[in-house]
Amino acid sequence: MKNKFSILFVVIFLSFCFVVFYKGLNTPNNYTPKVNEKKNIPTFKAKDFDSDNYINSDKIFEDNKFYIVNIWASWCVPCRTEHSLLMQLSKNESIKLIGLNYRDNFNNAKKFIDDFGNPYSRILIDKDGTLGVEFGAYGVPETFLIDKNKNIIKKFVGPINQEIVNEIKLIIK
Amino acid sequence: MKFLKIFIILFLATSFSGLKSDETNGVLKNKILKNIRCLICQGQSVYDSESEFASSIKLIVDRKINEGLKEKQIYQFLREKYGDWVIFDPQFNKNSYILWLLPLLLFLFGGAIMYKKIQKK
Repeated sequence: MKNKFSILFVVIFLSFCFVVFYKGLNTPNNYTPKVNEKKNIPTFKAKDFDSDNYINSDKIFEDNKFYIVNIWASWCVPCRTEHSLLMQLSKNESIKLIGLNYRDNFNNAKKFIDDFGNPYSRILIDKDGTLGVEFGAYGVPETFLIDKNKNIIKKFVGPINQEIVNEIKLIIK
Repeated sequence: MKFLKIFIILFLATSFSGLKSDETNGVLKNKILKNIRCLICQGQSVYDSESEFASSIKLIVDRKINEGLKEKQIYQFLREKYGDWVIFDPQFNKNSYILWLLPLLLFLFGGAIMYKKIQKK
């Protein structure tokens, strides 16, 4: 009886280990922070790309509209692929796009905008990447959707695609 | 002359206390950075990593220390931005209580078995 109990215990223990390791094999080992959690937009002061003046975040998000904050850089290849979609989104009246130029050279960034078009109503300079951290970003490109109550309601890591654009259009409708 | 001596002593005392605070800030900064996970090169701490994300976090931590934030407050700030996983040392909460309590339970279980065996002998 005792022997049977020991065997049963060992079998249960081994099965438990198997399930844990098997699950571990199938789950990706790269962590991505939760993306669909409602968060308030951070309060910050940032340099404006065009005027070179510092501007407060409450002045940036003052309209009663949806906002998109897009983190981009001229050196970022995926940013080029999503740029035409951002141009498409910028034509929508009920949304404003804010660009966060991440760790970039001013002249290269300017050339990028001149070559591909400017979808942003305002571009902010994030020279050292700390503004991106305030938003909870950890790379480029990243896109945040902000509702009229100034909450970050969606975060898209990596370049946006047509599916994401449709999703955004559906939310802001 | 007396005034000069007092002035020199005060000057040296204030200079060294400044150095000490810089040193303690540096130690605190390194301690915090070693406990933050780099989200780009995920096996490394921010302290060891040279990624752009890590260098931004280093600046942020430096800034927060200078603003007078305590270690726990800095961890809380980063948790709010990136979730619990960004800190190597897990907090005791509903998601991690098994992690914290399992070793204790196993220790008690093993102890109970040993106690029973000893009693039998």
